[in-house]
Amino acid sequence: MKKFTLSRIVFGAIVLLILAFSILPVLVIIPVSFSDTRFMTFPPPAYSLRWYSAFINNPAWVAAGKTSLIVSVLTVLIATPLGVAASYAIDQSNHWSKRYIRMMLMLPLMVPIIIVAVGVFFVYAYTGLLASITGLVLANIMLGLPYVVTSVTAGLQNFDKAQEMVARSLGMNRFRSFMIVTLPQIKASVISAAIFAFIQALDETVVALFISGGQYQTLTKRMFTALRDEIDPTIAAISTLLTAASCVLILLMVFSRKAAKSA
Amino acid sequence: MKTVAADLSSTTPMKTVSADPAVAHQWREQRLMLLLASPAILVIVVLLVMPLSWLFWQSIYADGFTFEHYRRILTEDIYRTTFFLTFRISVVVTLLALALGYPVAYAAAALPRRWSMMVLAMVILPFWTSVLVRAYAWLILLQHNGLVNKLLLWLGLIDSPLPLVHNELGTIIATVHILLPFMVLPLYSAMQKIPADLTLAGASLGGSPLHVFLRVFLPLSLNGVLAGVTLVFVLCLGFYITPELMGGGRTIMVSMVVSRNVELYNQWGAGSAVSVVLLICVFAIFYIVGRVIPLERILGTK
Repeated sequence: MKKFTLSRIVFGAIVLLILAFSILPVLVIIPVSFSDTRFMTFPPPAYSLRWYSAFINNPAWVAAGKTSLIVSVLTVLIATPLGVAASYAIDQSNHWSKRYIRMMLMLPLMVPIIIVAVGVFFVYAYTGLLASITGLVLANIMLGLPYVVTSVTAGLQNFDKAQEMVARSLGMNRFRSFMIVTLPQIKASVISAAIFAFIQALDETVVALFISGGQYQTLTKRMFTALRDEIDPTIAAISTLLTAASCVLILLMVFSRKAAKSA
Repeated sequence: MKTVAADLSSTTPMKTVSADPAVAHQWREQRLMLLLASPAILVIVVLLVMPLSWLFWQSIYADGFTFEHYRRILTEDIYRTTFFLTFRISVVVTLLALALGYPVAYAAAALPRRWSMMVLAMVILPFWTSVLVRAYAWLILLQHNGLVNKLLLWLGLIDSPLPLVHNELGTIIATVHILLPFMVLPLYSAMQKIPADLTLAGASLGGSPLHVFLRVFLPLSLNGVLAGVTLVFVLCLGFYITPELMGGGRTIMVSMVVSRNVELYNQWGAGSAVSVVLLICVFAIFYIVGRVIPLERILGTK
């Protein structure tokens, strides 16, 4: 019995070490972002907000942040309804093509991102969408659709379709019955879908490297170039802000699911 | 012969006689569903399916059909070493991720719910932070006078700082970290379904903990292992950002060859051929694994 508990302690210690490996690298950037020096020393010798003000006072970084934010918001506004409509169609249909359509909507997750980027770059080079907001939004809609479809399809599977049928048999048309009966009940999955699509668009880097440029560079593209060329703690400040944004969004998602469950 | 004719006569009226209201309804329904799905499908076709077919075409056609690009991939050393290196890194990363992910998933599945949520949160938080942020964090930690080297020096394990970054090792460490959640989540979802009674039953029948684990728990978790291994391996094959930032220009993976051919050298044919080979590898893996476990289960975690 004693040996058993000893092995348990060893196992617990190993798991803790692995969890430290998982979480510490994300946390380590926070103190660096408040560092007072140019160099990436850890722990920093003194603390200041100097890299946050460097970010805010640099027009190029601010412009990139704005581009990323605009692109992400527009992506969510378009990708969510498109994905919800497609998920609804997949859920309702019993046609043989359903499987293939679903598979096709998952395709952006299966194709290596670098190949997606080269393909989109090619299409945009011909249609003149390179270095434009429209181009970035369209590409992010494509990349976000699998997340929206996965989340909303799961929501629809847990929803009792008979309720919508009842609404329709009582004289509501299909669109209204969806909006009034179905949508409120799959709300949590739609909100998750929107948040997934938003984080996806905010974090997307590889496609943006190829297609964004000129006055419309995304934050991630600028970060990538900065990381490759010269590293200064401004990136730590931006990283901390991005991580904080992700955390807030995920908490939002968890709460919306909890609220949906208790309602 | 007769049966075929009978079959034909029974199926053809479906389309022509739409007077049957049930059939007409079915048709309307299907048209509506197609219409609803079409905007999403259109985006994917225009931005992904079309360019992929074009890449394929470009890889075999340049003023006439040519397999020159494929011949070069098979014969030239640069391509061969790149593919070999990519597969080697992917295998190492997948094994490491499995070795690190399995105990964590096991702990998450075995612990009471509150604690298991904590464990999962610690795995998922990095999952939702940008890949760039994590690559940057590893650059800080692994650099010449970074935290890891300082720690190793302090412990007296090394005499001078190790070159941990801007090489293959740095790429592997950061990639394992980035792909770890893709291993843990499918493992956890498979392990969670294994009833605790089974392990108890094994123990009550006299099996030692190790024996019970090897004969009962491990085989039941293999579905999750397969899903996790596939996902991590495939993602690693196409990894771009991390090797580019952590590899220091010496660890050239397949995705970097694609990007360089297109961006730097404007060699669309060569870039396309490499893409097609990479794509075929990825789809072959998905296809083979898809025969054992449904593809949606694998992609669900991503």
